[in-house]
Amino acid sequence: MVRFENVGLRYGMGPEVLRDISFSIEPQSFQFLTGPSGAGKTTLLRLILLSLRPTRGLINLFGHDVAGIEKDTLTALRRRMGVVFQDFRLLEHLTTYENVALPLRVQGREEASYRAEVVELLRWVGLGERMHVLPPVLSGGEKQRAAIARALIAQPQLLLADEPTGNVDPSLARRLLRLFVELNKTGTAIVIATHDIALMEQFDAARRLVLGEGRLYVYD
Amino acid sequence: MTDTRFDPQASSDWATAEPEAPQPALGGSQPLVPAASIAGRALVTVIAIMTFLAALTAGAAQLVAEASSGWRSSVAREVTIQIRPSPGRDIEADLAKAAALAKAAPGVADIRVYTKAESERLLEPWLGTGLNFDELPVPRVVILRLEAGNRPDFAALRKALTETVRGATLDDHRIWIDRLGVMANTLVVLGIGVTILVLAATGLAVVFATSGAMSGNREIVEVLHFVGASDDYIAREFQRHFLQLGLKGGLIGGICAIVFFLGAGALSSSFVATPGGSQIEALFGTVALGIGGFVAIGAIVAVVAGVTAVVSRVTVRRTLREIG
Repeated sequence: MVRFENVGLRYGMGPEVLRDISFSIEPQSFQFLTGPSGAGKTTLLRLILLSLRPTRGLINLFGHDVAGIEKDTLTALRRRMGVVFQDFRLLEHLTTYENVALPLRVQGREEASYRAEVVELLRWVGLGERMHVLPPVLSGGEKQRAAIARALIAQPQLLLADEPTGNVDPSLARRLLRLFVELNKTGTAIVIATHDIALMEQFDAARRLVLGEGRLYVYD
Repeated sequence: MTDTRFDPQASSDWATAEPEAPQPALGGSQPLVPAASIAGRALVTVIAIMTFLAALTAGAAQLVAEASSGWRSSVAREVTIQIRPSPGRDIEADLAKAAALAKAAPGVADIRVYTKAESERLLEPWLGTGLNFDELPVPRVVILRLEAGNRPDFAALRKALTETVRGATLDDHRIWIDRLGVMANTLVVLGIGVTILVLAATGLAVVFATSGAMSGNREIVEVLHFVGASDDYIAREFQRHFLQLGLKGGLIGGICAIVFFLGAGALSSSFVATPGGSQIEALFGTVALGIGGFVAIGAIVAVVAGVTAVVSRVTVRRTLREIG
């Protein structure tokens, strides 16, 4: 579903921050993307999300070569992916419910058609009582769960999560990981960018993509 | 999430903590672009002021156009025959001849021969009262009131008068009508020009406001892109936001202008009995905006909202291209 071949990225005339990156993500797979801080984990996720374009190499997403991709195709590809940002990126003027419903709303769906499933998901992640609350009132863990719910609501084929346990205590981190594993069992491919070794050790079956000095090492 | 792919009720660390609350009333969705912001309020204020100024200018131009039309039609409805007295001639006989000629001309509805006393009284504003006019060769005047839509043949009447009555001249006030027309048209054109300038300034204000809003909401745009919103969808959301601001500002400005004209009309009506009020009414007519004026103000509000929508659409699209 995602294939990188000899991908390189540099900003302006600077040195390459990512070099010769080659890997693929298969459907229903589970992988941790790890490496030290500043190794380029977020950058690599942004390349998958197509918010950055590579300076060289080939990226293929869901069978589409992303070089010269049309805007409409780009939108369609992004709808097949869910993303959890490190800083949540919840829209602060929208309630938790409206934030989680956003991916369905931007598809032009009527609110009545998705209300029940959004409420159900919010209850499932423990935010049923907080759905009318604006993000500034939510705790870090609640924001994290709202961000995850937003990424899940449209049932993506690929979920990208950038340090999803970075702002929560170890107990909540374990519960979040179980949530991702459960989601993976239903068929969604998962990429979790993290440098939390303890978190990775809780799920040994996952592939590890390790970034270091601009290169990617894959451990199946 | 009720399909077979992902069943949130299957097992969850949080599910048990959540009571089965009744379905809450979630209400309508908030606009994706924050409605209340300092920049938004400033834009509404700017648009309201611009619309008020544009409506004021257009209304004033409309008043001048109506007043000028009134002046011209009242001046054009009358022409004057003037007969200068000359030694050895019976001026009363000359007046009678001129009056008969005028009355016989087609298109003349009525005539009125000013008496000697009335003719002398016409000079009082310039020469003062209490003078003895017997020594002065005061011209005598015949006023011809014309039929509406049936102008006499002035050239023929003028020729007949000069042949029949020595010292008689016919003044159809054409020069005054032309001057009034030029003056009024100039004012109307100036009014239209100022209105267009104000609308252009409104458009520019909207460009800056839209660019500012797009920059201020860049993160929202980015999040919307990541959750799968198309450029069209994002552009529509921003356009709707700015169209609402434009309509709000336009309506406030338009209503203020209408209130201003209604107030000015009421004020001028209350002054009409005073000498100053009479002078103003004679010069400008009544300060009452007709249906045309109100339609013009409504059109300006619509144009301002339209300009806001179009300009914001172009700016939003350009910004989205840049972000993309």
